Amino acid sequence: MSDTLRPETADQLLDTVKWAVSEKTPMEVVAGGSKRDFGRPMQTAATLDMSAMSGIDTYEPEELFVTARAGTPMQELNAALDEKGQQFSFEPPDLGPLLGAESNQGTIGGIAATNLAGPRRIKEGAARDHVLGFNAVSGRGEVFKSGGTVVKNVTGFDLSKLMAGSFGTLAVMSHVTLKTLPQPEKIRTLLVCWRIDGVYDHGAMKVMSKALGSSHDVSGAAHLPAAAAAASSVDYVNASGGGVTALRLEGPGPSVEHRLEALKSEIKDFGRIEELHTVNSRTFWEEVRDVRPFVGRDDLEYVWRISVPPADGSRIALFILESLKGEVFYDWGGGQIWLGLKPVVNAGAEVIRAAIANSGGHATLVKAPADIRGEVPVMQPLSDAEALIAGKIKEGFDPEGVLNPGRMYSGI
Amino acid sequence: MPKPDESVIARRAELAAALREIVPGEGVIDTEEELRAFDCDGLMAYKQLPLIVVLPETTEQVSKVLKYCHENSVKIVPRGAGTGLSGGALPLADAITLGLGKFKQILDIDFENRCVVTQPGVTNLGITQAVEHAGFYYAPDPSSQIACSIGGNVAENSGGVHCLKYGLTTNNVLGVEMVLMNGDVVRFGGKHLDAGGYDLLGVITGSEGLLGVITEVTVRILKKPEVARALLIGFPTMLDAGKCVADVIADGIIPGGMELMDKPIIHATEDFVHAGYPLDVEGLMIVELDGPEAEVAYLVERVEKIARACNATTVRISESDDERARFWSGRKNAFPAVGRISPDYICVDGTIPRKKLAEVLERISEYSEKHGLRVANVFHAGDGNLHPLVLFDANQPGELEAAEALCADILTLCVEVGGVLSGEHGIGVEKRDLMGTMFTEDDLKQQQRVKCAFDPEHLLNPGKVYPELHRCAELGKMHIHHGKLPFPDIPRF
Ligand SMILES: Cc1cc2nc3c(=O)[nH]c(=O)nc-3n(C[C@H](O)[C@H](O)[C@H](O)COP(=O)(O)OP(=O)(O)OC[C@H]3O[C@@H](n4cnc5c(N)ncnc54)[C@H](O)[C@@H]3O)c2cc1C
Repeated sequence: MSDTLRPETADQLLDTVKWAVSEKTPMEVVAGGSKRDFGRPMQTAATLDMSAMSGIDTYEPEELFVTARAGTPMQELNAALDEKGQQFSFEPPDLGPLLGAESNQGTIGGIAATNLAGPRRIKEGAARDHVLGFNAVSGRGEVFKSGGTVVKNVTGFDLSKLMAGSFGTLAVMSHVTLKTLPQPEKIRTLLVCWRIDGVYDHGAMKVMSKALGSSHDVSGAAHLPAAAAAASSVDYVNASGGGVTALRLEGPGPSVEHRLEALKSEIKDFGRIEELHTVNSRTFWEEVRDVRPFVGRDDLEYVWRISVPPADGSRIALFILESLKGEVFYDWGGGQIWLGLKPVVNAGAEVIRAAIANSGGHATLVKAPADIRGEVPVMQPLSDAEALIAGKIKEGFDPEGVLNPGRMYSGI
Repeated sequence: MPKPDESVIARRAELAAALREIVPGEGVIDTEEELRAFDCDGLMAYKQLPLIVVLPETTEQVSKVLKYCHENSVKIVPRGAGTGLSGGALPLADAITLGLGKFKQILDIDFENRCVVTQPGVTNLGITQAVEHAGFYYAPDPSSQIACSIGGNVAENSGGVHCLKYGLTTNNVLGVEMVLMNGDVVRFGGKHLDAGGYDLLGVITGSEGLLGVITEVTVRILKKPEVARALLIGFPTMLDAGKCVADVIADGIIPGGMELMDKPIIHATEDFVHAGYPLDVEGLMIVELDGPEAEVAYLVERVEKIARACNATTVRISESDDERARFWSGRKNAFPAVGRISPDYICVDGTIPRKKLAEVLERISEYSEKHGLRVANVFHAGDGNLHPLVLFDANQPGELEAAEALCADILTLCVEVGGVLSGEHGIGVEKRDLMGTMFTEDDLKQQQRVKCAFDPEHLLNPGKVYPELHRCAELGKMHIHHGKLPFPDIPRF
C-alpha cells in the first residue's frame, strides 16, 4: 500500500510536493476520486489526496465568481450557487457513475483539471472558458498563480486554459476561481420523436443544425437513437419507441414561450413533436450530461467521447458502427459523440481514430479496464510537433515527473 | 528594450537578399521611406524603424522565413493591422517585422458547422460581412473592428462591447494554424470543440505574438438576434451609475452590452457627433438588450425599473435601429472625440471588480489632480473593464512622462482593488514593467516556461509582455532541497 498524503493547508500542500520532488516520488493526485479511472493507469509510489483542502473561500454573486479550495465538492458549490439563483453555466458533468464510482464525488479541482462540460457547451463553453484563475503548486515545488477573479483579463499567458484539461500533470491547484452566472428563469425542451423503425441519425443532425443555426438561442441539442432513448427515465423519451432529438430553450419566461413556438413551426415536418417542462427537462439534460444511457451497461465495455465538427457526427458514428458493435448518442448538436462498445480488440481505437482523421477532432477513451487503458492511447495521439511542445511544457512544469506521470500520454 | 544586436544590423543587406529569395517581388521592404509606415502600432508614443519588413503571402513562405531567421538567430516581430494599443507590434531595430497584411482571404464559410475559416489578415468586420447575407455574424466586436485583423485579435484576445454576453475572442476561436519559430507548421483545434490533450489553442490566444505566427484562424459564428434595443440612461452621480450596473447583474440580467461614460466624455462626444446625449448628467450608460422581441421588451422594462430605482434622471429607449445606432455613435467615437479636445491621449485598459467602480473613479480623479492632467473615462461597465483616457500634450516638456506616471498609478490601483493590468489591449511594451505588481517572480517564471516550449531562443517578439527574459536553460534548472523530511503535521495514511 502506497503512502497517502492529505494536506490541509496550502503550506502543507507545498511541503508535500517539495518532498515528492526531492525524493523523486511520483504521486497520484486525487480529490473526490470520481474520475480516478479516467486516463492512463499510473505507476505511482504515493497518493496526494486533496480532499481535505475543501471549502469556499469567496463567493460574490454580484461579481459573478466563486473561489474555492480545489478539493471542494461540486455538490457543495452547486448548493451554494443555487441559493443565490446562480449556476455554473458549463454544466459540469458527474462522470462518477459512468466510471463505476458513486455520484456526487466530483470536486472543483477535478472538474477544472479534466475540462469537462455538459450540453450547454455549445453556447457557454467548457470548464476552460469558466476558470478565471487559480493558485497552484507546480511539479517544481513552487507556488504560482494565474488569472484573477474578473472575466476580462489579458495579463500574460492564459495559464488557466492550460491547467483546464491537464489532468493534474502540470501542477496541483490549491484554489480555483470559476465564473458563476444567473440561472435561467425558464426551461423547456422540444423533442422530435422519429419513427419507430430505422435509423434517423442523419436527419437528427439536420434538425440540430437547423435549430443551432437559428436565432432561437438553443442551449442544448442532443440526439438519442432508440436504444439510448429507451434508457431515459423521462416518460416522453422512453415511451417514444424510436429515436429522439432534443432541443433546449432557456431564458426569461416570455422569451422561451416565443422561441418555443417559433422553433416548433420550423422543425415540425421532421417528426412528431413533444415538449418537456421544467422537471422533465432538468432530468433529461442531466442524463445526457452524465452519460446516463451508458451507466450500468456492463455489456458496453468501452466508452469513448469523440469531438468532431457537428455536421459530421452521424456520418462518423455510423461509419464506426459498421465495423464495431455498440451504441451511440450525440450531444453538442452532433459535435460530441458518446460511443459505447462491446468487447473488441484495442477498444476499437484504430477504427475510431481513422474515422475522424479527415474531419479533424479527437477521441478519448473515457471508460475501459485498466489494462486496456495501459495499452491503447487513451487521449488523442498528438502530431510530432504537438508532442514536442506538450513534452516541453510538462518539463517546464514538472521536470521530475512527480505529478500524475503518464496519465495523459507516456511521459506526460 | 533589449539592446539591439549590432552584428545582425550590420547584415541587413545580406538578410534582405536572402528573404527576397523566399518572398519575391515587393514583399520585402528595406528602404527607410517605406519602413516608416511600420514604425509603430496604435501606441504611437513609441516609434522604431524595423530592420526589414517582410510581407509573405503563403504559410509556406512564413515557414521558410521563420526557419531562415531561426537558423540565423534573427528576431521576428509579428504584425497584423498595427492597431494594437500596447505596443505589441512595436518594431525592434534588429528584428524583422513580419506583416500578415497579405493574408486577406476567407477560406471557408461553413454554415452547417457555424464557423468560418479565414486567413489572419482579414479584418474582424470582414468576417461578419462575409456571413451577414445569411443572417450570421462574428460576435467579438472591438471598436477597431473595421481595421484590426483577426490574427491580431487572437494574439491579443480582444474584446468588445458585446463580450459581456458573447465572450471574448478566446471563447469564439475554434482553431488556428500557426508557424513556430523553427518553421514547423502546427494546427490546434479545428471545427470541433476543445482539445484532445493540453489546450494549446487557449494558451496561444492572448499570447501577443510570443509563441508563433498565426497563419489561419477558425472562428464560430452566430445567428443575429431577432432584435436589439438600447437604453440610454443618465445619472446624477457616477456612484448611482455604478450601483445600477451591479443591480442589473444581481437581477440575473446579462445584457448584450453595458457601457458607461463620464461627464468629460459625454461632452466631448456630444460636441463631436451630436448623438443627443443629455449634458446635465454625471454618468451616462448604454444598456443593449438583444434576443427575440418578447425577451427584449421584457428586459427593457426590468432594466428601466432598476435604473429609476438608482436615481436615473433620464431614460430613453431606442425605437428603431437608427436611434439605437445614434445612442452608440457617441460611445463609438469616444476616442476621436477626445482627440479633438486634446493633442494627445493614452487609453488605459484595466479591469476591476464591478463593485469598486465608484472608489476607483474617485482615486482616478485624485491622481489626475496630482499629475496635473485631465482624465476622461469610458468603461465596459458590465465586465468592469475601464478605459480612462489620459489627456496630455506631447509637445509640452514633461507631459508624456506625467501621463505615463498617471497611467501606471491607475493600473496599479486596478490590481490593488482586486483587478488586473489589462482587460483587452494586452501588455506589450506599455505595461510590461508593471507585471510585477500583479505577479510574483515565480508566477512570471512559470509563464515564461511556456514560452520556452515554443521559442526557446526568445526570437519571437522579445521585449514584449515580460519585464525580464530569463534564459530557458536557467528557467529549466531545478532547485531541490534534499533531506527535508515530510513534515510531521501532514496527515498521512
Ligand atoms: C481606435 C481603436 C479602438 C480599439 N478598440 C478596441 C476594443 O474595443 N477592444 C479591444 O480588445 N481592442 C481594441 N483596440 C486594440 C486593437 O485593435 C486590438 O488589440 C487588435 O486585436 C489588434 O489587431 P491588429 O491586427 O491591429 O494587431 P497588431 O497591432 O498588428 O498586433 C497586435 C499583437 O498581435 C501580434 N500579432 C498580430 N498578428 C499576429 C499573427 N498573425 N500571429 C501572431 N501574432 C500576431 C503582434 O505581434 C502584436 O503583439 C483598439 C485600437 C484602436 C486603435
